[in-house]
Amino acid sequence: MSHIPDPNKSVNLTIDGIPVTVPEGTSILEAARKVNVKIPVLCHHPDLQVRAVCRLCVVECDGGKKLKAACANDVWEGVNVVTDNARLRGIRRMILEMILAEHPQDCLACIRNQTCELQELAHQFGIYRPGFPVEARHFDIVVDTDTLVRDMSKCVKCGRCVTMCQEVQTVRAINTSSRSVDYEITTPYDKPLIEGLCVYCGQCSSVCPVGAIYENDQTDKVFEALGDKERHVVVQTAPAVRVAIGEEFGMPHGSVTTGKMVTALKRLGFDKVFDTDFSADVTIMEEGHEFLDRLNNKGRLPMITSCSPGWINFVEVFYPDLLPHLSTCKSPQQMFGALAKSYYPSAYGVDPAKVTVVSIMPCTAKKFESERPEMNSSGYRDVDVVLTTRELARMIKIAGIDFPNLPESEYDNIMGQSTGAAAIFGTSGGVMEAALRTVYEVVTGEELDSVDFEDVRGHQGIKKSSVMVGGTEVKIMVANGLKNARRVMNSIRRGECDAHFIEIMSCPGGCVGGGGQPYATSETKRKRMEALYRVDRDMPIRKSHKNPEVQALYEKYLGEPLGEKSHKLLHTHYSTQGKHHWYVPHVTTSKRR
Amino acid sequence: MQQAPMTEGQVLKIMEKYNNDPQQLIAVLLDIQEASGSNYVDEKWAALAARVLDVPLSKIYDILTFYAMFSTKPRGEYVIEICRSTPCHFTEAEEVVSWFEKVLGIKMGETTLDKKFTLSRTCCVGACDVGPVAKIGDEVYGDLTLEKVNTLVRSYREGLPSFREALACQN
Amino acid sequence: MSKLKTLITEGAGSIRPTEVEDYMNVGGYNGLKKAVTMTPEEIIGEVKKSQLLGRGGAAYPAGKKWEHLLHIDIFPKYIVCNADEGEPGTFKDKLLMGKLPLRVIEGITIAGYVFGAKAGYIYVRGEYRKIQRVLKEAIMHAKGAGFLGKNILGRGFDFDIHVISGAGAYVCGENSALLNSTEGKVGRPRIKPPHLAEVGLFLQPTLVNNVESFASIPAIVEGGGSTYCEYGTPDSGGTKLVCLSGHVNNRSTYEVPLGLTLRELIYDPELGNGIPNGKRLKFFHLGGQSGPIGGPDQLDTPYTYKGLSSNGLSVGSGAVVVMNEDVSILEYLKGVTEFFLHESCGKCVPCREGNKQIYKILCRLATPGAPEPDDLNMLRRLVDTMISASFCGLGQSAAVALNTAWKIFKDEFEINAKPQALGHAAA
Repeated sequence: MSHIPDPNKSVNLTIDGIPVTVPEGTSILEAARKVNVKIPVLCHHPDLQVRAVCRLCVVECDGGKKLKAACANDVWEGVNVVTDNARLRGIRRMILEMILAEHPQDCLACIRNQTCELQELAHQFGIYRPGFPVEARHFDIVVDTDTLVRDMSKCVKCGRCVTMCQEVQTVRAINTSSRSVDYEITTPYDKPLIEGLCVYCGQCSSVCPVGAIYENDQTDKVFEALGDKERHVVVQTAPAVRVAIGEEFGMPHGSVTTGKMVTALKRLGFDKVFDTDFSADVTIMEEGHEFLDRLNNKGRLPMITSCSPGWINFVEVFYPDLLPHLSTCKSPQQMFGALAKSYYPSAYGVDPAKVTVVSIMPCTAKKFESERPEMNSSGYRDVDVVLTTRELARMIKIAGIDFPNLPESEYDNIMGQSTGAAAIFGTSGGVMEAALRTVYEVVTGEELDSVDFEDVRGHQGIKKSSVMVGGTEVKIMVANGLKNARRVMNSIRRGECDAHFIEIMSCPGGCVGGGGQPYATSETKRKRMEALYRVDRDMPIRKSHKNPEVQALYEKYLGEPLGEKSHKLLHTHYSTQGKHHWYVPHVTTSKRR
Repeated sequence: MQQAPMTEGQVLKIMEKYNNDPQQLIAVLLDIQEASGSNYVDEKWAALAARVLDVPLSKIYDILTFYAMFSTKPRGEYVIEICRSTPCHFTEAEEVVSWFEKVLGIKMGETTLDKKFTLSRTCCVGACDVGPVAKIGDEVYGDLTLEKVNTLVRSYREGLPSFREALACQN
Repeated sequence: MSKLKTLITEGAGSIRPTEVEDYMNVGGYNGLKKAVTMTPEEIIGEVKKSQLLGRGGAAYPAGKKWEHLLHIDIFPKYIVCNADEGEPGTFKDKLLMGKLPLRVIEGITIAGYVFGAKAGYIYVRGEYRKIQRVLKEAIMHAKGAGFLGKNILGRGFDFDIHVISGAGAYVCGENSALLNSTEGKVGRPRIKPPHLAEVGLFLQPTLVNNVESFASIPAIVEGGGSTYCEYGTPDSGGTKLVCLSGHVNNRSTYEVPLGLTLRELIYDPELGNGIPNGKRLKFFHLGGQSGPIGGPDQLDTPYTYKGLSSNGLSVGSGAVVVMNEDVSILEYLKGVTEFFLHESCGKCVPCREGNKQIYKILCRLATPGAPEPDDLNMLRRLVDTMISASFCGLGQSAAVALNTAWKIFKDEFEINAKPQALGHAAA
């Protein structure tokens, strides 16, 4: 009889002789972790559907000869599980030896050196020499539009990236193909990502256990700019970076490291350390007014946020008919870049041609976004180099900076001040909450009693709520992860969506779970989320329109939201043709040495 | 005589025959391959199927590379498949390969210059009672001899179906 | 008395395969006619009494499988016939579907009646294109005669059968892979649990049985399970289609009662009639490439499920590939491994990488001076890992032939291995 597990029922079992009681529906793997038994895994990832293909986690149940994969089998009453004995060790070692027999042995020259899960397992099992003669496969290394690198010689075919791309993000750019020894993870017809459906969310890279898919490391470019006396190098840091980068230095997950990060950036030699939170506040000014304009003048509704570049790519590829629903606002990163090459030079008397804008982003799609040809409204490229959180951590390590013990510093002005509203941009629901704080006060002219909009917070894929603004009920929705975005878009297409304003972020959890963040599971992402809400709570100013630097920007430079200058610098347009038709692909391949 | 290249209309018609049902994807792709004249599914038609049947191209590519009967590259009008599974292999399948190589003037895995024949290996086709066997299209030919191979190739090359019908296995 | 039986092959080759009238002249549809007068429980009772074990290779008791599905209260249920006959050396399902398609259809229809299913699927391997056409024609005729389609036999029971083509993948013989392929997807096996009886085709409860199993159902229903069972032995009921191939004089499919010895199968003049050219038998390979290899010493083993398994052998698909004294065991196993190297779906490590490494080691062992010192030890570990840790039945059985042959032909395995390698293997 088909049986749906009841988590309220408990199951008693033993793991290696240790009794444990867990809720029904718990996997053997999870049950073992409860009693501090770490069954080795390679294909398993706690946030992804079980694939059970690496077979490392096989265990013996009730002395049976037939082994079971601990990741794919739920516990049952009374079972005695053995997770470690000579037989199982032998099998696990053999599995690892087989994988290593075709894995390149150049660990020292690999981006995942010391963060590689295969390396860790080989170490854990004491594999100090190859069991089989090594015959590594040699595929070209493909760098796709300076964003993502695929080095498929390293691929262990665990399929995590495929589950991520096919099931979680529903982009379906990469998949398995062929069979047996030819089985591999690939795009259709082995084409570059740019020619397929990829939206560059980079979630594949965030679950890859080895160095097969990763961000295109551009730290050299930044070091070069910093070493160039002619360049005036300014940096912006996205909201979600400050609550994640500490993990790279062994700090507790969810640590708020804003001040240390600013110090580190100053020590690296940036001329100005600014904050994307500043331009997030600007985004609220523009987007909030755009929404009110659409609401009052029968513009296209629901209006959907446009901060997440993976999401923008997604709409262009899959829902070109719904592009008019997108806010025309550039993302905070690009708004910052445009202002850093116009407003900032004019205020500080710097030659904009000499300004290099570097972004630190939780995101791989931001690299792609910065390269979009239209992102040059100031006459210069808005943003010159985008680094992910992981890359900044690498720079800090190279420079020998002892991050956890750094003193704290403040951002520079005139683009460094921000609000609690901006901080929460880094988590799903944050843009919506920030917008509501401003929209409400702009419309009603009254102070909000409470600025906390709890309904839009949290990890759920789709959140719905409504808010009375003046006499109007504004229906809102928040979605994170592209599978959820797809659901929302389908409902709009079918004419079944009654929301007025929707926030969508391409990564699960929002930017805290971005494709460029330190490798983590949803548990860590939740801690980052909580940290951002702490940042918000502790800020003296929590509404974007109350940011003094933003007020100064409008007073001295932009005039008013949606004004002529804003329109030129801070807004953009989208292509119904999808990225393939307007973007000149550049893909470089290099032979493995 | 080479068939004219397939048109989009033909491909759409194949899909209509299956009510544009994505569950019939494998059947659709087999039919496209059969109608191609070159025993393969062109990328263009795979992309069209992806669009019409609303199946991601990445899934179609997985299917085309997973199932042995599909090819993503053009092959000869007739693909001659020699069974290499053990019951045939140890009843002199290798000799059959050499006969075909000799008669066709190509090596295993190659296609004749006139694009008429491709010689390839296959796994068991379920005719071990008459091994060694060759499968050409839907037909299986067993108990092969050099003479039979000669006759077969001639009948396909010159379009003499009566010859090969006499040689084909019953089922 | 002849050793050959025609319990389920009656009419094969003598009647027009797709004509309902011809089929009825050899007792066709008596099973279905009786079935519709019985309750599902009664029919399953007969299937249980028959001791019918799954004829595809896994030998799972059909009655138990049917009973399990009957107790699942989720609808619709689907009936799927596994006709992906891909085990080398096996060509019995082709015989049934090509010469007696209506018997297979009748069996599936009875299952449809038992489970209240509306649709059945016959998944036929892509290489059997001609057979697929025969089946489609037979289905059409069965509908015309009121044995399929709407209101079957006037009993208000609707059931239709669809023929689905594979496209060249041995692994689709694995039932969950077969269902994926039937749904138009790539045919890699699914994770179990859940069981297919609960979450099968289109995620609905599903019965999957082999062609020969379904073809046995009409006889079981018509004559009763006990009568069917009496053809064989008490623990292995009924008859079995056996395919003889390789170095044997009469290569063909035979319907035999379970219980003959392997020697009878291979040497009886009515059956295999011995080895050609006066050669001696070196070994036989049972049940396809995934099955065990046996030597001359095991020839007197009775060909029953229990008899074979207690001798380290198994019926599997019913293939019996005979090899003569000229065949090198290592060359033969290279052939077997090459097959799995071609057919592995590739997703799990033990099967994908294991077959490759086994093949490399076998090549070295077959070449004087080539073996590495640790080869035999590594081979042992590879075989154990594949058998116990692979994702699905394909990987778990890919090294069975090697494992069983190693015991019989130890000397041939080790002749080229260096002395120090022998030391390791013994340890």
